[in-house]
Amino acid sequence: MPDVAIKVSDVVKSFGVGEARTTALRNVTLEAYFGEILYIVGPSGSGKTTLLSVLSGILRPDAGTVSVEGADIWKFSSDKLADFRLHKMGFVFQDYHLFPRLTTAENVAIPLILKRVNWNDAIAEAKKYLEIVGLKGRADLPPVKLSGGEQQRVAIARAIVGQPDLLVMDEPTASLDGDTGQAIVGFVKQHVLNDKRCILIVTHDDRINQFASRILKMEDGRLIGIEKGDENR
Amino acid sequence: MEGILRLAYKLLVNDKAKFTALLVGITFAVFLMIAMTSLFAGVLNRASATVINLGASVWIMDPSVQTVANTIGMPDYVLDAVRSMEGVDYAVPVYSGGALVKLADGNYQSVTVVGLDDTSLFGRPRLLEGKIEDIYGENGFFVVKDPEFPKLGNPHLGTEFELNDHRGIIVGIAAVASSGLFGVPTLYTTYERALQYIPNPRFTISYVLVKPKSPSDLDRIKQQTQALGYLALSKDEFMSKISDFYMFQTGLGMNLLIMTVMSFIVGLSISGQTFYTFVLENLEKFGALKAMGTKSRELILMILFQASFTALTGYGLGVGLCALTIVLAKMRLPDYAAMITYWNLGLAFVMVVVIAAVSSYFGVRRVLRIEPFDIFRG
Repeated sequence: MPDVAIKVSDVVKSFGVGEARTTALRNVTLEAYFGEILYIVGPSGSGKTTLLSVLSGILRPDAGTVSVEGADIWKFSSDKLADFRLHKMGFVFQDYHLFPRLTTAENVAIPLILKRVNWNDAIAEAKKYLEIVGLKGRADLPPVKLSGGEQQRVAIARAIVGQPDLLVMDEPTASLDGDTGQAIVGFVKQHVLNDKRCILIVTHDDRINQFASRILKMEDGRLIGIEKGDENR
Repeated sequence: MEGILRLAYKLLVNDKAKFTALLVGITFAVFLMIAMTSLFAGVLNRASATVINLGASVWIMDPSVQTVANTIGMPDYVLDAVRSMEGVDYAVPVYSGGALVKLADGNYQSVTVVGLDDTSLFGRPRLLEGKIEDIYGENGFFVVKDPEFPKLGNPHLGTEFELNDHRGIIVGIAAVASSGLFGVPTLYTTYERALQYIPNPRFTISYVLVKPKSPSDLDRIKQQTQALGYLALSKDEFMSKISDFYMFQTGLGMNLLIMTVMSFIVGLSISGQTFYTFVLENLEKFGALKAMGTKSRELILMILFQASFTALTGYGLGVGLCALTIVLAKMRLPDYAAMITYWNLGLAFVMVVVIAAVSSYFGVRRVLRIEPFDIFRG
């Protein structure tokens, strides 16, 4: 049995007040393990992104607990929670959120810089990771000079440069064509996943199901089923 | 921390259009603020030119005197009384007044005539040409070579003129620390000759210039002078009195204040708005940094650094531009009175700090309000 990376118990999250109040998560309970790629799928408004935010220490739940490597993260102070995100989590945002005024290497180096790594060392390390994601020679370009797929790789390099235990990817293939999307997730599975890392991916794209370890299906804020991914069939 | 500040620096300066707009706004504001206040400082300095140039440490005058040009004659016994006061090392009379000079070409030119104590020539200017003793020669005058000098037809040693039907001869060309405010040339002669050449009322001593035995004697001299019905002021106090007159009893101070405040508002508007727009445009990026684990205080530090860096760079450029403009203006317009003082620089600096603080306050508020969840939600 692999180690539990994340344990979510009876998490509830609502937005708004009065008649406008909507419940985004209804008593969600799940476990994610190291060494797996866990997909969270479901229609728009089903609560996928809310769940991802709650379990990555970004959005505080109304009820329930989220334990990461055994620690209840929502009992952390705001500073400790920020440190937790910096040291344990890697984020790949749907729109990448790369800084257009920085070079590609500087973008990738950001988590290291936030960890107080010396600037030059951080850039050198970032260049290594750019090489890992196949972007050698692109280090000094601004992200806007790169294609969508390349920008996604930069975002992945930025997410893993700090060697996080948990990697969170929000709709990683939403802006990419089918082949590029598959190539990106395939790359993540082959080069980023390891026994000491858990990868959570929120996606609509069933063309990449082949790379999932498990697939969590959500609807109306509820977890309605867990399937094994194509790799396990 | 150095890495985070470097990140903030790169985010700021690499956005060249915004950074330029920010710098232009602050530079322009600083330029205007310093130009306004330095002009005022220059005017005040010139208004005190006689006080600066004569250099006496204590001045005795009629209590109604408001500016150095607005002299009220004192009787001769005041000089004798002052000389006999405790704490006075020595005291000399000085005459300062206006006159009309008839030049060789027949034109008339207003001048300021300063009559120095015949015995000591206390307060005499530094001579560029001529000999000091020539002032005792018949009809001898020194002329000050300042921006007003050409108004006397660029005189040289031996140039003659008429003053109230008396013949005057230039026997020395002198330099002084500060030019006068009213745009007229200055002539120096002896006290007795000044009284002889210029029609005067009954009382003729404009000021008594005093050298106290020690600086601590000033208060004693003041009390004794007050008992005499006159006023004793230190050099700085007299200059301050002159400044107060121009600042509060003419429209000059209020007009300057209005212009300075307008410059400040212009700078604040341009820079504040541009910086706020800069923060708004980067709001998602700040949110992404927050999601990645940047603490709120680190984001505040980044914004404060960006605002401070912009403000200080703009301040430096504004000061440099203003100094350059003043130098160029003085080359073309010798009468241009602007003078940059520490006071000008300090005031502009405080205003720039306020601009940076206000600009960053609104930026910080927005950045602190952004939720990383909003970044996920898109």
